[in-house]
Amino acid sequence: MSSDIALHDPFEEPARQQVAVSFGMWSFLATECLFFAGIFLFYANARWHGGEAFLNGAGESAFWFGTANTAILMTGSMAMAIAERAAKADIVRLTRWMLWAMLALGLLFLAVKGVEYRKDLHEHLFPGPDFKLDSGPAEQFWAFYWAVTAVHAVHLTIGLAATARLLWMDRHVSLHRHHSTVMASALYLHFVDIVWIALYPLLYLAGRQ
Amino acid sequence: MSEGIAARDLTRPDYLQYGTTVRSWLTTTDHKRIGILYAVAITFFFFLGAAAMALVRADLVTPSADLITNDQYNRAFTLHGIIMVWFFLVPSIPTTLGNFLLPMMLGTKDLAFPRLNLLSWYLFIGGGLLTLFALLAGGVDTGWTFYTPFSTLYSNSHVLLAALGVFVVGFSSIATGVNFIASTHLLRAKGLTWMRLPLFVWAMYTTSLVMVLATPVLSMSLLLVVAERAFGLPIFDPRSGGDPLLFQHLFWFYSHPAVYIMVLPAFGVVSEIITCEARRRIFGYQFMVYAMVVIAVIGFMVWGHHMFVSGQSAFASMVFSFLSFVIAVPSAIKVFNWTGTLYRGQVRFSASMLYALGFVGLFTLGGLTGLFLASVPLDVHLTDTYFVVAHFHYIMVGGSVSAFFGGLHFWWPKITGRMYSERLAQFAAVSMFFGFNFTFFPQFVMGYMGMPRRYHVYPPEFQPWHVMSSVGAVVLGFAYLWPIFYLGWSLVKGEKAPDNPHGSTSLEWQTTSPPPRENFDRLPVVDAGPYKYHPWHSTPDEVEQSHRPQLP
Ligand SMILES: [Cu+2]
Repeated sequence: MSSDIALHDPFEEPARQQVAVSFGMWSFLATECLFFAGIFLFYANARWHGGEAFLNGAGESAFWFGTANTAILMTGSMAMAIAERAAKADIVRLTRWMLWAMLALGLLFLAVKGVEYRKDLHEHLFPGPDFKLDSGPAEQFWAFYWAVTAVHAVHLTIGLAATARLLWMDRHVSLHRHHSTVMASALYLHFVDIVWIALYPLLYLAGRQ
Repeated sequence: MSEGIAARDLTRPDYLQYGTTVRSWLTTTDHKRIGILYAVAITFFFFLGAAAMALVRADLVTPSADLITNDQYNRAFTLHGIIMVWFFLVPSIPTTLGNFLLPMMLGTKDLAFPRLNLLSWYLFIGGGLLTLFALLAGGVDTGWTFYTPFSTLYSNSHVLLAALGVFVVGFSSIATGVNFIASTHLLRAKGLTWMRLPLFVWAMYTTSLVMVLATPVLSMSLLLVVAERAFGLPIFDPRSGGDPLLFQHLFWFYSHPAVYIMVLPAFGVVSEIITCEARRRIFGYQFMVYAMVVIAVIGFMVWGHHMFVSGQSAFASMVFSFLSFVIAVPSAIKVFNWTGTLYRGQVRFSASMLYALGFVGLFTLGGLTGLFLASVPLDVHLTDTYFVVAHFHYIMVGGSVSAFFGGLHFWWPKITGRMYSERLAQFAAVSMFFGFNFTFFPQFVMGYMGMPRRYHVYPPEFQPWHVMSSVGAVVLGFAYLWPIFYLGWSLVKGEKAPDNPHGSTSLEWQTTSPPPRENFDRLPVVDAGPYKYHPWHSTPDEVEQSHRPQLP
């Protein structure tokens, strides 16, 4: 298994090189955890102090858009997990199909998000002078909403770019031989999905009976 | 020795001859060349930051505002802070000496992710350009701390560009950190166990942990500032229930550990220099290692000492005060162990050793005055005075910059393959020590007397201290510029360096100077711990003198 991977500098042993990429990715994900921790702290603080008014703001979010997007992203996540296993087992066709599925579902997520944004803007849910609700904690919720969904969308876009890169690599080389790259991309995308799982209740379930 | 050089030239090119076009440098994945690319970039930023401070110090010679306006003054010290922290001090030792030496000390060909390493340099340059744009467009006046609500609601300067510049450069730090951590875990030579690693490697490893875990919090807090300023999202705005203190918490959660990003690498450099130049095994190796690990961990738990007067609860202040005292313990262990290493050593007062000894003294003074500031009642008196400015300059400039210069001199023969004039370098080291104390000691005094920091116009009774400080800055400026001449001379006309001019036992000295592209002809195998300067149970005066004769 370890003999058929492409060895490159500075590694001397295939086994070491194979763990390197996922090791690096795990370290980077530690960074990402603390990155999101900052904005989650903002949410916790605002919700703690904002009380009812904050939850009233949260009640305005588009529940069905959020729920649909959760289903879409989780399905994409499953496709990516299958793609990674398939690359490891060298099932070329399945890998390819599952990567395409991830790419399509990710783009669908972004499209749904775009429609949701349009609806939100239409309803004056962007904090500012003509904000729909009272200024105060409700505005804080929507400040969080816009900031965090934008950051999440950027992360997802990077993840989709990584998926597209894998499909590009697939045209020239065997993804089985570059399994560690597939693994790292999958790890990153799963992280983006986990962030969404944390966001779903904070954004769409809070403030609802 | 000369035969060695001739033979080497016949066999293979060193890393500097491995391609000489600009393109070969800008597309290199060689960790040694990337270290040099970084060195060029941070040197530029260092002199830019120093120029801003020269303007400030010149203006402070008189109590009235006669050289620059209030607005220009605010922009000058902000520029100095932002450039010096993120574009010089944070990257200084890790990205230059760390990049160059870490793979060599690990006994490998390169870092784990060579292309990521190059990318980190481009990110650094990208962030630097954004910040330079902010400067050319008219500057920033928030101070390096970007405190809200001033930075988000009131400042009329180019906060967005500067914040984005620092945001981008943060990713360069993270990339370096991830790369160093992965390399230390995965690329150690055969037999190089964790407790055989040189202390410099431990320093890079612990620094990288802090970089990876602290920098993202700064990135997020700057991103929130950008979101509020650019898009009007009321995140820290008190009028909609936002909390400006939240920004301070996020900011200092990064910026206190950042002090350790700046000073842990210095610990590593100084340990290497002292043990070699005193011909002595490091005293208490394991204590040195655990002290760095403990500093890296507790460094995350003391940020509240920057907020004693910001209105945090008395209980929080007590806890942060206690933890700030606790973190002095491992720092003190390190100082004692460096001193213990010198005991019965054969100390050679080379330039790099002078820098290292200067580091120990200045770092100690900076650390002790840190205890003043960790104590709540004293801090209430001293907050936002020059005492604070003097304290952190003793740590960051007296400490980290001295160590950076020491390391630069110590490894110069390995990096460039040339020797420099030891006499002229010793002169530079001594001037830096005197210039530094001359500049910053008066600031302790005037700060204690009540001179606030960041003030442009001040009461005349402080003038003597400001004049002293400004004159000292001239000496310090000389000490910074002087090495350009003799090190530049060494590059052109310097004598060729032997492979191991200091007689060090460390791996990086066991290859040629400068090293080949692959670092070693054959990958080394390690069978013992570092610093084998004398047998375990004897002191150096019982063994033969092992120094090379010292050349002027
Ligand atoms: Cu601090």
